[in-house]
Formats: sequence, structure tokens, C-alpha cells
Amino acid sequence: MSGATAEIERVFREEYGRLIASLVRRFGDIDIAEEAAGEALVAALEKWPRQFPGSGVPPNPGAWLTTTAGNRAIDRLRREKQRDTKHRQAAAMYDDTPHESLGMFEEHEDDRLRLMFTCCHPALAPEARIALTLRLLGGLTVEEIAQAFLVPETTMGQRITRAKKKIAAARIPYRVPEAEDLPARVATVLAVLFLVFNEGYLSSGDGSPIRGELTAEAIRLARILHGLMPDEPEVTGLLALLLLTEARRDARVRGGELVRLDDQDRGGWDRSLIAEGHALVRECLTLNRPGRYQILAAINAVHTDAPTAADTDWSQVVALYDQLARIDPSPIVALNRAVAIAELDGPEVALAQVDRLAAAAPVLAVLSGYHAFHATRADLLRRLGRSADAREAYDAALAVCDNTAERAYLSRRRGELV
Amino acid sequence: MTQYLLSVHGSEDDYAEITPETMQEMFAAVDAFNDKVREAGIWVFAGGLEPAETATVVDGQGETPVMTDGPYLETKEHLGGFWIIDVRDLDEALRWAAEGSKACQGKVEVRPFQAEPA
Repeated sequence: MSGATAEIERVFREEYGRLIASLVRRFGDIDIAEEAAGEALVAALEKWPRQFPGSGVPPNPGAWLTTTAGNRAIDRLRREKQRDTKHRQAAAMYDDTPHESLGMFEEHEDDRLRLMFTCCHPALAPEARIALTLRLLGGLTVEEIAQAFLVPETTMGQRITRAKKKIAAARIPYRVPEAEDLPARVATVLAVLFLVFNEGYLSSGDGSPIRGELTAEAIRLARILHGLMPDEPEVTGLLALLLLTEARRDARVRGGELVRLDDQDRGGWDRSLIAEGHALVRECLTLNRPGRYQILAAINAVHTDAPTAADTDWSQVVALYDQLARIDPSPIVALNRAVAIAELDGPEVALAQVDRLAAAAPVLAVLSGYHAFHATRADLLRRLGRSADAREAYDAALAVCDNTAERAYLSRRRGELV
Repeated sequence: MTQYLLSVHGSEDDYAEITPETMQEMFAAVDAFNDKVREAGIWVFAGGLEPAETATVVDGQGETPVMTDGPYLETKEHLGGFWIIDVRDLDEALRWAAEGSKACQGKVEVRPFQAEPA
């Protein structure tokens, strides 16, 4: 691929979400929007190098692509003599009254917000929401999404096609939800972005570059959402959480092995992401409407605030987990709290809490398939000098852990037991 | 506007165990919900069905129709009733379905009708 082509494709991907969102609004049909956007890319590849010999890109590439794609879509609809029908459909689906609870947006920004809510609609299967969001707003190809989620391309293609069919047939709308639905619908969008991020972050050990791109894409979409809904504290909280996690990304794996938080080289953390994340956490505090993502972000802020692991304010971390447990009384939260307790009150107290937690059969059923449960127990048992029990716990963790970097870490720790 | 079928499926064995008081409460809630649907101007049709054991399956594809006693699907859970509403989009249909589900104390399946050919 020539440099000019690569640059055009980069610009195209950057503009893709905006382009698709405005086309969907105009024509009320995702397939028409995608086809027209594809044709605009072909036109750009052909015309830009000749028309814009300097930079190879027009001064406002988004406007160029939108105009070109719009014209292509109209040509196509005319050819197919469907223009009136499709426009009628578009008009029926497009609600152009500004939303009361959200005020006015820049037109194109509003379009992307609408499309985000459509892609993350609760009537779609969770994996379809993720795929559609990455395809339509992120501009990733079906092949890239399939690679990122380790499924065959045909499977991913079918998943996306099926979701698009449902959007059209069941009339999933392109609009910002009503005020009464908004909190739940925002939560659904945030869950999608968080899952996209985690898929990239927690799988970083396998070396596939696309998976790394997922974290960047999740952050980019979270930034857009934050720009569109600056007063939704959980949106701010999620963006802060993603930034503070991403900041530690490079320090998290060394030589193919996971490096735990307390062993990480803090000089390798990205200070500008941390500063941005901290500022967002402070923003959340002033809004004073705490939620799950805000609390997780605050916990990450405490960690990234400490110059060394020993300086960590563990009582603050435990207090935040207490707050989180009140919102989300899940065993996973309780487990994470116990990890903090180990630093505050010692491994014996923490182990007793973990084992008390797992004494309830339904909780054990959840935790036993979760490698962090076994890894936490293994670490606490190791610190208490109970090598035989620790070895057993490491084995249990390895049996359910599928991340290569984490497996490398667990295997080494297990081998070091005396 | 799009028409949606909101259907209520349930096990008739479970329904048989409902106390008369709960049943009365449910009828009242469904009546109130139906009034609300009418007032909103989205009512197309609604109704509750007699138990599935009263059903007859007819196969008229052959020379003489073949009648079979009982419901088409051999399952414990059957269609017990439904609403057909005419609303703007799925978001509205889902909101009405949530309210209907609460009223009839059962899960509601929401399914769009095919659009009329343009």
C-alpha cells in the first residue's frame, strides 16, 4: 500500500462514524449508508492524489466524503427508482426535533450519538452491539472485528447482517432515547465500550495488533460520547477509567509475562493519560452522582497517584470498594476488595474473607470459573507460606486462565514455590 | 408507524396455581392497561385466549382437511393472549410491552409486523 493510499484510508476511518451516522440519518437505511460510504472511499482514492497533490487530502475531508457519499446514494436510489419510498422511510425514522433533556448538538455530533444508541440497543444481542459499534462507528472492517474477537469472518459477517436486518425490520430508531429510558440506555452504551476496551486490554498478551487497537478505539468512542454527553457522570467515569487503565498498558506486560500492579515500573506509565484521567475523576466528584464506572476510575486514580506501590492509600481503596459493593454487591467486587484488605490488614485477614465469600455454594459456582479468584487465593497462600495449598490454587487458576501473559506469570510463581 | 404483536406466553399449569385474588388483581391491571392503550390511540386489537387444550389444528393442504385435537406446538408454554399496537418505533413498543408485562404478570414477546409493500 502506498503512503498516499494509507493516509486516505486513515482519514476515511477517522471520518467513518460521522459519515455513516449522517448518511443513516438522511437515508434511514444502514445498508445504503455503508454502500455510499464505500463508493466515496473509492472516489477519494481515485481523485484526492490528483486534486490535492500537496497533502493528498482535501482541506475538509469529512465534508468532501459526506457530499460525495450523499450524491452517490441519491444516484443509486434514483437508478433503483426507490427514492420516494426510501425517503419516506428515512423521514419516518428520523426525528429531527432537538431532544429536550440534552439540548442542541452540532448536527453531525447528534448523528453519531443517535447511531451509538442504535448500535447498542438492548433489543440486540450483546455481541451484536459490540460488532455493530465497531463496524459503523469505529469503521473497522468485518475481517478486523472477526480477528479481534477470534471468530470466523463469516460468523461475524452474519452477526452484523442479522443485527442490521433487525434494526430495519423491528424499527429500532435512530434517536437519542426518551429521558425516562436514558440512564439505562447510556449504561448499555458504556457496557459496550467497556467490553471493547477489555477485549483489547486483557488479551494484549497474544501479540495480535488489532486487539491492541480495540483499547484505542474504545477510548476514541468514549471521548466522543463524553463530548456529546458531558454532564453524564458515568460517561465521564468510564472515560477516566479507560484512560487510567490504558496509561499502565506498556508497564503491564514484560517479556510476555504479566506484571502485577505493585511490580510495575511506574516510570513507564503514561503521565499525560494519568493527568487527563485524574482531571476527569475530579470532574465526577464535583457532579456528586457516583456510579460504578466513576468509582472504578477513582480506585485507579488512587493507584496512579502513588509514586510507589508502598505509598498506595489502601484505606482509600477499601473505602471505594465498600462504596462500589453497595451499588454492585457481586462476588467479583468483594474479591477485589479482599485484595486491598490484604495490603491493609494482611494476607491472613484477606484469605479468611475470600474463603468466607466462597463458602456460599452459588458464589463459589461463579468464582470457581474465574481465574482471578484462584490467583488471588494462590498469592495470599504463598504469602502465608502455605506452599502446598498455594500450588493447588495456582493449578486451579491456570486451568481456567486463557491469557498468555497471565499464564506465564502464574506458571513462574507456581515454579518459585518452595 | 409500525404494528407490533405483543404476545404473552406462559405455562398453563402455572396459571392454574394462581390464587383467585391474584387473578382478580391481574384482570384489573390488564383492564387498566388496555384502557391506557386505547387512550394513547395505539390500540389495534387485543385479547386473551382460552387454554391451549381447546385448540384444533387444521391441515387443509390435502384433498380433505385433517383435524387434530390440541395445540400445534407440543410444549408446556403456550400463547395466552396478545396485543397488537401501532406505534412509532421499537422503543415505544418496548415501553408498552414492559407495562403490559407488569400488568399481566408474564413475559411479553415483541415482534414487528411486516411492512406493507410500498
